[in-house]
Amino acid sequence: MIEVKNLHKSFGEAHILKGISATFHQGQTNLIIGQSGSGKSVFLKCLLGLYSYEQGSIEYNGEIFADLSEDKKRDMRAKIGMVFQGSALFDSLTIEENVMFPLRMFTKLKKDEMRDRANIVLKRVNLEDAHNKMPSEASGGMQKRVAIARAIVNNPKYLFCDEPNSGLDPKTAIVIDNLIHEITEEYKITTVINTHDMNSVMEIGDHIMFLKDGLKAWEGSKDTIFRTDNEVVTDFVYSSNLFKKVREAIIKENK
Amino acid sequence: MQYLHNIGTYFLMIIELFRKPTKWSVMRELILKDIDDLIIGSIGIVAFIAFFVGGVVTIQTALNIDNPLIPKELIGFATRQSILLEFAPTFMSIIMAGKVGSFITSSIGTMRVTEQIDALEVMGINSLNYLVFPKLVAMAFYPFVISIAMFLGVIGGLMACIYGGYASVDDFITGIQQEFEPFHIVYAFIKTFLFAFVLATIPSFHGYYMKGGALEVGKASTTSFVWTSVAIIIINYLATQLLLS
Ligand SMILES: Nc1ncnc2c1ncn2[C@@H]1O[C@H](COP(=O)(O)OP(=O)(O)OP(=O)(O)O)[C@@H](O)[C@H]1O
Ligand SMILES: [Mg+2]
Repeated sequence: MIEVKNLHKSFGEAHILKGISATFHQGQTNLIIGQSGSGKSVFLKCLLGLYSYEQGSIEYNGEIFADLSEDKKRDMRAKIGMVFQGSALFDSLTIEENVMFPLRMFTKLKKDEMRDRANIVLKRVNLEDAHNKMPSEASGGMQKRVAIARAIVNNPKYLFCDEPNSGLDPKTAIVIDNLIHEITEEYKITTVINTHDMNSVMEIGDHIMFLKDGLKAWEGSKDTIFRTDNEVVTDFVYSSNLFKKVREAIIKENK
Repeated sequence: MQYLHNIGTYFLMIIELFRKPTKWSVMRELILKDIDDLIIGSIGIVAFIAFFVGGVVTIQTALNIDNPLIPKELIGFATRQSILLEFAPTFMSIIMAGKVGSFITSSIGTMRVTEQIDALEVMGINSLNYLVFPKLVAMAFYPFVISIAMFLGVIGGLMACIYGGYASVDDFITGIQQEFEPFHIVYAFIKTFLFAFVLATIPSFHGYYMKGGALEVGKASTTSFVWTSVAIIIINYLATQLLLS
């Protein structure tokens, strides 16, 4: 479980996060949605301790992350998997080596065992024949999937994904969403995902938080998001025609 | 103020890069890769420059000695002194600040802007140790490169002497052996070790702490070259003052 209380973050004059509180439970896919530039990535990086913040606190299972010693923080992070918005693959390593990287660093597995494990996760993200390519030779969507494979290969306790399915075709996006949802439930991971994708929201939104102007504007789940009267949320959710039609249909049905 | 802050950060970086070491099996590979990139990859250009500049030093010396009273051995002697004391350790290091230095800054800087360093940190890896420590170890072999520069510089001088007919081979070789002071070699290699340290750490600092995007990576490489050269020149002055005078 991750508990965030009254988080404030600024860059110089720009006040990006203006007091966000939230609780992310274990075994749930927690989604953070909001317009581009609303501070989702900044929020995630604060959770990971990559950005310092001026006010507030972040607790992992009751321990305040910022107060841990440098070494404790690093031990803690070995249990974290993260997918960056820009993938952040190591460009001197092949795709397979990228996926094996956390295993090499934190396990005592033999090379063959690592390779087997990497192959299993690469298969799960639908990447079977790209092992020896360099990241620069892979397409954007492939890189994303490698990043996801790298994040989950060592069975993390916490999984953070910054737009895991941006750049993927709708079909692969659903595969990825379902994969994340599955492993979250299966291994009781605390998962936090930034997304714009309304498909993800409908598929895997166990807990959804809507950010606007640095504040939490709404909170709920995939079951409540389509019924809310909160205007900023409906504005965001029904910005696409498809969803407008879906909503009209739902309302009609309910009459 | 900003300068003081940077200098402080630089020294903190040096302490930090020895903490929480990366697993040896991984580190060994990183070190070998950096030896290949930084040391082996530099030998060609170093050999080329040393050989020809050695030749030029000899020609210049020879052309400036037209007084028949000055013995011809002086050409060999002057070539040896200038190559061993200054040319090979100091000027070669400034060239390396351009080659090795900008390579280090741009490769670490690119990892910074593409969030690869964040990815390392998020995994709980000490990214400074992972990235900079192997470069520091690899640069411990830098004196080997400088030895090659010394050797080829003198050989280049000898060749120029033969082809230009400025002095006989015997005179040149006698000159090379004249008034040889072993401490000069010690002095040259103490300098070389200090330069190796600077060449590994200052460019790493500029890459690691850079902010921005691809454009800034280029700028960081330039700044890193300037500061590495400045540091080399200052250390050269101080070391010479302390060790030779
Ligand atoms: N390192 C930084 N320095 C200064 N400002 C920043 C920095 N990172 C983000 N910002 C600012 O913070 C705000 C929120 O950015 P953030 O990247 O969190 O948006 P986002 O919600 O993730 O958007 P997107 O959906 O496009 O990824 C933006 O206005 C951005 O300009
Ligand atoms: Mg973002």
